[in-house]
Amino acid sequence: MTDWIVLGLLGALSVASALGLLLSRNAIYAALFLVLNFVVGAVIYIVLNAPFLAVVQISVYAGAIMVLFIFVIMLLGAERLTPAENPPGLSYQRPLAIALGVLALSVAAYVLLARGGEAAATQAVDASPTAIGVQLFRNYVFPFEVVALLLLAAMVGAVVLTRRTE
Amino acid sequence: MPVLLEVSLKSAALLFVLLTGFAYLSLLERKFIARLQARIGPNRAGPFGLLQPAADGLKLIFKESVTPKGVDKPIYFLAPALVAVPALMLFAVIPIGKGETFQLASRLNVGALYVVGMMSLAVYGVALAGWASNNKYAVLGGLRAAAQMIAYELGMGLSVAAVVLMASSASLADIVAAQYPEQYGGILGWFLFRQPVAAAIFVVAAFAEVARAPFDLVEAEQELTAGFMTEYGGMKFALFFMGEYVKMIAVSALFTTFFLGGWSGPFVNELPILSVVYFTAKVVVCLLAFIWVRATLPRVRYDRLMDMGWKVLFPVALANVLVTAVLVAMGVPGYRL
Repeated sequence: MTDWIVLGLLGALSVASALGLLLSRNAIYAALFLVLNFVVGAVIYIVLNAPFLAVVQISVYAGAIMVLFIFVIMLLGAERLTPAENPPGLSYQRPLAIALGVLALSVAAYVLLARGGEAAATQAVDASPTAIGVQLFRNYVFPFEVVALLLLAAMVGAVVLTRRTE
Repeated sequence: MPVLLEVSLKSAALLFVLLTGFAYLSLLERKFIARLQARIGPNRAGPFGLLQPAADGLKLIFKESVTPKGVDKPIYFLAPALVAVPALMLFAVIPIGKGETFQLASRLNVGALYVVGMMSLAVYGVALAGWASNNKYAVLGGLRAAAQMIAYELGMGLSVAAVVLMASSASLADIVAAQYPEQYGGILGWFLFRQPVAAAIFVVAAFAEVARAPFDLVEAEQELTAGFMTEYGGMKFALFFMGEYVKMIAVSALFTTFFLGGWSGPFVNELPILSVVYFTAKVVVCLLAFIWVRATLPRVRYDRLMDMGWKVLFPVALANVLVTAVLVAMGVPGYRL
């Protein structure tokens, strides 16, 4: 019972922060709402007995990626820019976003109904760092290494793009 | 429900100790630096100046609360709290002494990762304070802080990773236990001696994370007046001040836990309260080192600071993790429990 109350509150907070992200006019506020959303996600992971995922969510998304976002927004002064009401070439984005959102929501609802209202597997799943490491390096080695290679390629690309020509 | 009560009481006690500790740390710093500079330091308020922190606090409370024009109010008022809170939250996983009485969540199996995460959240307060103040010096200070902390977080995270490999556990309670294997007598088991490179990297990164001399570019007075704190006064300034000192205590406590054997010491089995004394003594030694360095070294130049973070500290930390991992996997004596 308490689980349901806690998860319900967290879900409401998560939706509210996502709405805040979408509706803020100021880029810094939007970024901060996204951070709040990540933090709420991390708390949900803790409630679901997955502290490893929670901590990774905090340190990777809230602690590293969003700090860089805010750094760039501050550096460029981008929070003061007001976008044109309908920027050319992007007018199809809003209907597309609505369609994809409806699709995602219906998939979630379908899964929920197919499971008979049981939202998540709250029974004990071993989510310790050891278990996740064993999974990654035993059952998912190939995708794991492909992701590593992709990230390396992105890093090399970033270095090449920012190198000064002498 | 008793668990909830126990945890709340422990947290409240910890907060009380940290907040008075911070006040007296500021007095200790002023006294110690004064001695290093052949002065006497504050000695008017109470015997040996012991009431000086109270006097400072009262003065700050009675300051007029000024809100400059053009600030972004919600974030301007939120930022000081965002500096202090992550620093306080770090203490949730640090084992202060032997036994459950002196520990909160030190058995958390991802404790070391939690530490790294909380450290990285501390950037927000500083960067946002700079942005919300509507002041060029403050923005520059905030940007410097963000860049500096991102650069040095990596080195710190990797030095902690080497410690986690040695202890083969990310829980801080296990890391303390791993520093006392059978084959080592006493302090030779400390990771300070078995992981000296990681310890050195952690120390340098800690100075940069706390943004204290010689890495206090964030608030370099000669260039930026006071950086991100320029537009803050009274109790709002005091919160930043508190955040800095609590962070200083936190990284000292972390260094003690990761490299100086944590709470352990002779006779802790007979008298568990001794473990708290040992822990506190080790933390105070680290804090004195922090203050000593501030009185000794001049501030480094900003480009050199960034060069060192990215081109020296980060590669060395990566290589250290690689070597440690290989040695642990090979089961070399001293690297394998």
